[in-house]
Amino acid sequence: MELEPTEAQARIASLARTAAREVLAPAADEGDRTGRFPAEAIRELGRRGLLALKVPRELGGAAAGPVGYALAIMELAQADAAVAVTVAVTNMVGEIIARYGTPAQRERCCPRLASGAWLAGSFALSEPQAGSDSGAMASRADRRGECWVLRGEKAWITSGDHAGVFVVWARTEAGARTKGITAFLVEAGTPGLRVGRREKKTGIRASSTVSLTFDELELPGSAVLGEVHGGFRVAMSALDGGRSGIAAQATGTIAAALAEGTAVARAWEGSAPEAMRFALADTRTDLCAARLLTLRAAALEEAERAFTREASMAKLFASEAAQRAVDVAVRIEGWRGRLAGGSTAARLFRDAKVQTIYEGTSEIQRLVIARDLLR
Amino acid sequence: MAPMNIELTEEQRQVRDLCRSFADEELRPNAKRWDEEHHFPREAVAKLGELGLMGVSVPGEWGGSGMDAVSYAIAMEEISRGCAGTSVIMSVNNSLYSDPVLKYGTDEQKEEFLRPFAAGQKLGCFALTEPMSGSDAAEMQTTAVARGDDYVLAGSKNFITNGPQADVVLVFAMTDKPKGHKGISAFLVPTTTKGLTRGKGDDKLGIRASGSCTLFFEDCVIPKRYRLGKEGEGFKIAMSTLDGGRIGIAAQALGIARAGYEEALAYAKERKAFGKPIATFQAIQFMLADMATEIDAARLLIWRAATLKDKGVRYSAEAAMAKLFASEMSERVTSKAIQIHGGYGYVKEYGAERHWRDSRITQIYEGTSEIQRIVISSALLKE
Repeated sequence: MELEPTEAQARIASLARTAAREVLAPAADEGDRTGRFPAEAIRELGRRGLLALKVPRELGGAAAGPVGYALAIMELAQADAAVAVTVAVTNMVGEIIARYGTPAQRERCCPRLASGAWLAGSFALSEPQAGSDSGAMASRADRRGECWVLRGEKAWITSGDHAGVFVVWARTEAGARTKGITAFLVEAGTPGLRVGRREKKTGIRASSTVSLTFDELELPGSAVLGEVHGGFRVAMSALDGGRSGIAAQATGTIAAALAEGTAVARAWEGSAPEAMRFALADTRTDLCAARLLTLRAAALEEAERAFTREASMAKLFASEAAQRAVDVAVRIEGWRGRLAGGSTAARLFRDAKVQTIYEGTSEIQRLVIARDLLR
Repeated sequence: MAPMNIELTEEQRQVRDLCRSFADEELRPNAKRWDEEHHFPREAVAKLGELGLMGVSVPGEWGGSGMDAVSYAIAMEEISRGCAGTSVIMSVNNSLYSDPVLKYGTDEQKEEFLRPFAAGQKLGCFALTEPMSGSDAAEMQTTAVARGDDYVLAGSKNFITNGPQADVVLVFAMTDKPKGHKGISAFLVPTTTKGLTRGKGDDKLGIRASGSCTLFFEDCVIPKRYRLGKEGEGFKIAMSTLDGGRIGIAAQALGIARAGYEEALAYAKERKAFGKPIATFQAIQFMLADMATEIDAARLLIWRAATLKDKGVRYSAEAAMAKLFASEMSERVTSKAIQIHGGYGYVKEYGAERHWRDSRITQIYEGTSEIQRIVISSALLKE
């Protein structure tokens, strides 16, 4: 048994920590205030090889493996959860293209995502009326000769207004629920792709969230990612890894909240109040548990073993623990007589909320876990 | 190179399987009766000794099994799942008695005070707490006064697990009161020593298969060679012992939670309401999912502390986190197990209420949750 990262994994974490400190941290509060998409930071992360962490080296990625990836996301998220989620989604897109793509698709997309030449990749699964239940999706793709014609809408699409490429899921067989869904690669600028206005969000405000409309969007047959009608599997395999990614992001948020609170306690004149110290002790314990659950899921993924249950446990625990941690950070802000309005603690408080929602709500995680327990 | 690896070694798997089948065959069928009758399971304890579980981390040359801290945590989890009263008897003899004698004892002391204990032929206990000093050990009133080649002990210790049955007590007493915690020393006192008497057994909420009592020392004379470690070293011995003990108690809390969870899961699949098994209802599924998640989190925290101990690096804060989380988790999980059982959870026919009662002590002994938070936050603010 070895619960510490290997040297190679620790090296990726250390690269990410340096980038987080130098590039992300100084701009995080301002990014939250202005909501400006962090294009410069993304390009710099690309230069440092931190954008396509799980993509193979020959495609321009860092080949960090799931554990190295989770450690890196924790570091990035501790500095700025908005940038971390942008990176995580791009990485997820790069990863599934690397896994399911044809050689032509891989060579076209992966190096551009890895370098930052494309600022982001987008994962277009959710719809206004189909979130957790992807089998209910209404977007459809119909054959027209050698081509496919895409119609419908997608919602809550991260980085959609900056993405070079979208993975879009659409129904290719009516009434077949999850068995009639296909994944397609759609490049930005394709005629018929309309990108909606950015959503105004509670948190992770520097990340961008948009809706998409497909208006008779025509795609060549070569745009299919994986197999026709095989899209649900592509989405689900990405979501397991994605859940570890969000668990890592939430773990980073807990670490950030703990750092804020600890700084106040250390600067306290005399000994910090016991109630404050105890709240920090609980946060520290939650941080360790969240980190271990996340790294366990990643280690199983790395060993190519089943990890669906473990990824859901990690995401459920870490995201719920993040809610407690940011609450502690804001209360400690109040302790020293400050309104938390524009503070880092306030940003963390708002950034954490979405972690219990996206890539499967806490309720969905509990269903996934229970299904596995009752099998 | 292998990534972070959560696989058990062959030896650790064997320990798990051995303890699991022992728990299923010898402990689970009896735990209910032992709890009701406040019965000390002498035979089961003897068998634990034969299996090498009374000196898990003590090297073979001193009568133990020479296994690592992870194996010990695994053994504690599995035995606790069978009977939490039995597992605390084991925990005290292992962590609180044998480990400090191994670490601080002379070879002569180990011959007399370790070998038969690690082998399970004799039983040890640990006497730190007093009626008026629990968490604050520096306030202890028990004294040990040097007189010629002897020490004379006076005072009392209470809530001493294994006290009613133990052959030897590891006692902490003041040899230099003005020095506070630096004036504490540790002593090995056979329970046959004149001047040592035991009060009647405590009537406890849970872990009722184990006994605890008050020990009274009055003109209790022991030779100087029974002092463990140096004079004034007692507090250090007690604190370093409790670090290891906390891993064991965390694993006990985990084993109790698992007993509750596993029974609740089985019950939820069987029990029908509104025409279908209650396990098909989201409310029940969500409870089970939360229980399983917290159980896994606790186990990882425990294994983390144990792997650090095995590497020989400082693990006080990690052990405290493991114990804090696991013990608080255990009460939540066993309470949900009662909820899933409904009325059957509240009556003694089922195990659910016993697991809940058994879990409660884990937040108190070997450092309350509040003491763990002090340990954790002090380490955090020092970092």
